Amino acid sequence: MSKQFICIECPNSCLLVVETKDGKVTGVSGNKCKRGETYAVSEVENPVRNFTSLVKAEGLEIKMVPVKTSAPIQKGLIFFAAQEVKKIRIVKPVKVGEVIAENFVNSKADLIATRDVSLA
Amino acid sequence: MMKERDLIIVGGGPAGMAAALSAYEHGVQDILLLERDQFLGGILNQCVHTGFGLNYFKEVLAGPEYADRFMKRVIAIKEIEVSLKSFVIKLSQKKEITFLKPGKISEVKAKAVILATGCRERTREMAHIAGTRPAGIFPAGLAQKLINIEGLIPGNEAVIVGSGDIGLIMARRLTLEGSKVKAVIEIQKKSKGLQRNIVQCLEDFGIPLYLSHKIARIHGADRVSKVDVVQVDDNFKEVPNTSFSIGCDTVLISAGLIPENELAEMAGVDMDRKTNTPLSKEQNKTSVDGIFVCGNACQIYDLVDWVTKDSLLAGKQAAEYIKRIK
Ligand code: SF4
Repeated sequence: MSKQFICIECPNSCLLVVETKDGKVTGVSGNKCKRGETYAVSEVENPVRNFTSLVKAEGLEIKMVPVKTSAPIQKGLIFFAAQEVKKIRIVKPVKVGEVIAENFVNSKADLIATRDVSLA
Repeated sequence: MMKERDLIIVGGGPAGMAAALSAYEHGVQDILLLERDQFLGGILNQCVHTGFGLNYFKEVLAGPEYADRFMKRVIAIKEIEVSLKSFVIKLSQKKEITFLKPGKISEVKAKAVILATGCRERTREMAHIAGTRPAGIFPAGLAQKLINIEGLIPGNEAVIVGSGDIGLIMARRLTLEGSKVKAVIEIQKKSKGLQRNIVQCLEDFGIPLYLSHKIARIHGADRVSKVDVVQVDDNFKEVPNTSFSIGCDTVLISAGLIPENELAEMAGVDMDRKTNTPLSKEQNKTSVDGIFVCGNACQIYDLVDWVTKDSLLAGKQAAEYIKRIK
């Protein structure tokens, strides 16, 4: 079977032509670089997305702390992640890259802060 | 007498920070960086999604992370004085700057000035959408600020006008925050947004994108209640009998960006009226010697990486200019 989809790894947005057999990728073309191939395999066999969101801060210099997952997580987990993130509060200063929640929504990725936040 | 500085940069977003670093690296020893907000970073602070820095850092970063890397470098250099909550209200041709800081008004003169003032959003008025004027109509970037900075949700059911990247990113953000995005309406035949954003912000969530369509009218007394959508032909004329309504309480307008150049104008810089950018024969230069423009104030870029590149060049040019006149 042949599928076509767009690589979302970089702004080039290459149109990938992906050959599959029994749910596995057997060939990729149309990619301008190696990452397109990795993306094609993942998109067919286990689609993942970067997750970014905001966590409520209390007593800090900003109201919402921007966060992301340390690695892309399964696409099917995105909505659950968006709900779970609302339950977290950050009450102490954080540094960019600091882990806010380990193994977030059992995705194996951690939820990490994407900026430094000090006390109010 | 008015204090004189070698270089004053207006704007502490990605453009201003890159310009400051580059000017310093090219020998400028006295730099004043004026930022009106209480943080450096500019618009990147509200762009919490990832996709920044692939070109410049060869990494996928969130907006605040991209800003953070520059911030830390800027702050580490003592020759760069950062002045926050500093709002420039006047720039003269002689490069005299007046700026406000809470409780204080200051005047300072510069050998060279770099304007890194960014851009602002086109509004509903500029997009010419008919109808009533209820609450619930937001420029997409303002909605982004409400959600990502203030932690407020602008509405429950939204229609987004314009499929530029900000509109697409906001479709996903609203969806993840629990609002329903009913449609994205694009008057052109093709979206201006990056294809990857159409995939990961719309298709992933089953949000319909109506190309060659426009909003004919916004309805609602106090709050938006619905919009009328109609198909348009190649000349953007309404196609008869194609109209339909979408119920919603929120309309986001993502109709493009315009460079913010009031200061350049004030200083007598020749402007291109159509794009609101300074006319210039050479990138970053203006018709006034020693006044430079960089980043989105110079031209609207779709990637911050290009803003950085452009601004590094502006910093270098300002440094060369200062050396020349010394
Ligand atoms: S294949 Fe490579 S160049 Fe093409 S969009 Fe994907 S990452 Fe970018």
